[in-house]
Amino acid sequence: MQFRLEKRPQPSRLMLYAAPILAVILTMLVGGAIFSAIGYDGPGAVREIFITPLVTSYKWQDLGIKAAPLIIIGVGLAVSYRANVWNIGAEGQYVVGGVCATGVALATYGMTGWWILPLMALAGVAGGAAYAAIPALLRTRLGVNEILTSLMLTYASVQLVYYLVRAPWKDPMGMGFPQTRIFSEAARLPTIIPGTIVHLGVPIAILVALIVWFVMARSLFGFQVRVVGAAPHAARYGGFSENRTIWLALLVSGGLAGLAGMLEVAGPFQRLVPGFPTNYGFTAIIAAFLGRLDPLGVIFASIVLAITFVGGEMAQTTIGLPAAAAGIFQAMMLFFLLAGDLLIRYRLKRVTHQPTEARA
Amino acid sequence: MSAELLIAIIITVVGASTPILIAALGELVVEKAGVLNLGVEGMMLIGAVTGFIVMFTTGNPWLAVLAAAIAGMLSSMIFAFLTLSLSANQTATGLALTIFGTGLSALAGQGYSARPVDLFRSVFPAELATHPVWRVIFGYSPLVYFSLIMVFAVWWFLHKTRSGLILRAVGENDLSAHSIGYSVIGIRYAAVAFGGAMAGIAGAAFPLLLTPQWAERMTAGRGWIAVALVVFASWRPFRLLAGAYLFGLVMTVELYSKAGGGILSTIPAELWAAMPYIATVVVLVLISLRRTGSTSAPACLGKPFLATN
Repeated sequence: MQFRLEKRPQPSRLMLYAAPILAVILTMLVGGAIFSAIGYDGPGAVREIFITPLVTSYKWQDLGIKAAPLIIIGVGLAVSYRANVWNIGAEGQYVVGGVCATGVALATYGMTGWWILPLMALAGVAGGAAYAAIPALLRTRLGVNEILTSLMLTYASVQLVYYLVRAPWKDPMGMGFPQTRIFSEAARLPTIIPGTIVHLGVPIAILVALIVWFVMARSLFGFQVRVVGAAPHAARYGGFSENRTIWLALLVSGGLAGLAGMLEVAGPFQRLVPGFPTNYGFTAIIAAFLGRLDPLGVIFASIVLAITFVGGEMAQTTIGLPAAAAGIFQAMMLFFLLAGDLLIRYRLKRVTHQPTEARA
Repeated sequence: MSAELLIAIIITVVGASTPILIAALGELVVEKAGVLNLGVEGMMLIGAVTGFIVMFTTGNPWLAVLAAAIAGMLSSMIFAFLTLSLSANQTATGLALTIFGTGLSALAGQGYSARPVDLFRSVFPAELATHPVWRVIFGYSPLVYFSLIMVFAVWWFLHKTRSGLILRAVGENDLSAHSIGYSVIGIRYAAVAFGGAMAGIAGAAFPLLLTPQWAERMTAGRGWIAVALVVFASWRPFRLLAGAYLFGLVMTVELYSKAGGGILSTIPAELWAAMPYIATVVVLVLISLRRTGSTSAPACLGKPFLATN
């Protein structure tokens, strides 16, 4: 029996929304089977990673603070990928954003004032955007592929953190540990729910997603991004500048990644440490795709990914699952989603008889 | 500089270049067939962990390399199925493969970290390599000779054989190749499989050639540098050889700067560690300046092929 692909007259709206859900379900089934096959407790792994964090109310705060950076970065990447600009160096822009915010926090050390946090946020956004401006400049001026440049800069940014915490920014009272001093009170993100670890970054993330959703859906900029990404030739005839869109896509995604870096360093970390690069920038790529490159979808996708993060951590202690397991589940979701995307444009048709023409 | 030191440096450069060269040769063939597989880093990690585990359990480096090639090839088939059979977006699928390979290798390598294995050493009799000059010729692991032979083999295949011509035709004009009766998808599957096997071997070179142990993410972005190198080399195997050795040189300077001494040690170690990545960006800029007018990239690179009949 053979299957053949047949183009749908119209892209299927049902499949557009059903594909991510199908991808998550398939990941649970296939992932569970794989983990069973290699000698772990497969059903247990699926339960711990996907279900337990949802039904354990004291873990909800963890979900919030894990989802927040993914939402902010993922929303920016959604804009970029919509424009067909492949910024995969969000991790580096996140790191540089965190570094710039740390610079402000250290320069204002011991001071008080409401203006310190906004200034840190500004520095974070500017740092992330500036770091993304390098691939933008190289792509628009010289036609250098932004995938490679943005990624190479990520590896360089990690070394920048190592250098700063080892030498110029090292805490003099830190007993030799490579880390900066703890930020003073005014440079730390306040928690919004007393008694929890939920910080200001969580509502900011939702707000950012809503704003970007509005801009993408309602403004000329959003329209331009979608047209340039979907039909570059039509965009050129329409007078939309491709270079301008590339610049905006990279500055927006880089700036948002920088903002996420600032919120992380001022929130959960409260100081710069060598472990600051936490791969949020890479996981946000999955969040962007799983969320259908739609800001509101990215919120849901980020929560699902946050569940797997928190669940993955819990499963390490409860059923001895290795730390890498969550990453495998996340990558599988992306695989299944990409495979499922085909069903939006095509449907499977069973071939009952041999076609007359020999086919590939 | 003494002759001894010079020879030591040459040997280090050759070692550092070899994994990048092997992976880049595979990716070159894949891209010549019109497919952009950004999963090289992930396939290398899968190859690295497979090679390490087989070496650790059997002690046979040949078996380790073979297993790594098979593992790399199998992982590339996920990419091939999604992008070629289901026409999924190649950029996104390649990224997913890298994320998957990073996770899978970390999972498989659990409990193996900080356990040493033997390196895959020279197969020539030791007497041949006693004199320093002879060591430059006979002192390497078989993987090094393999990489050099493959440079020639890939060039010969692409430019001197009929199959190579067909592969290039598929990458330059898939519709024409299809209408003449060649199986575009089948040829691309074969190219991706070759790229996966080469990435797997390149990954195995990390524990077998460079640092004789397993560490998570031990390929440290070298797979991405290999992808960049293919662009740098304008899809030509011998330029790839030059490019890989240039990067090997940059990485060797990093090693010697850590060892200390002279001007090199005044520059922060982190800057040296960042150097291969910065150098990649600089190199990409330089080639784009050199290139005038048309690019030498395969015309169908990264575009899905869906035959309609």
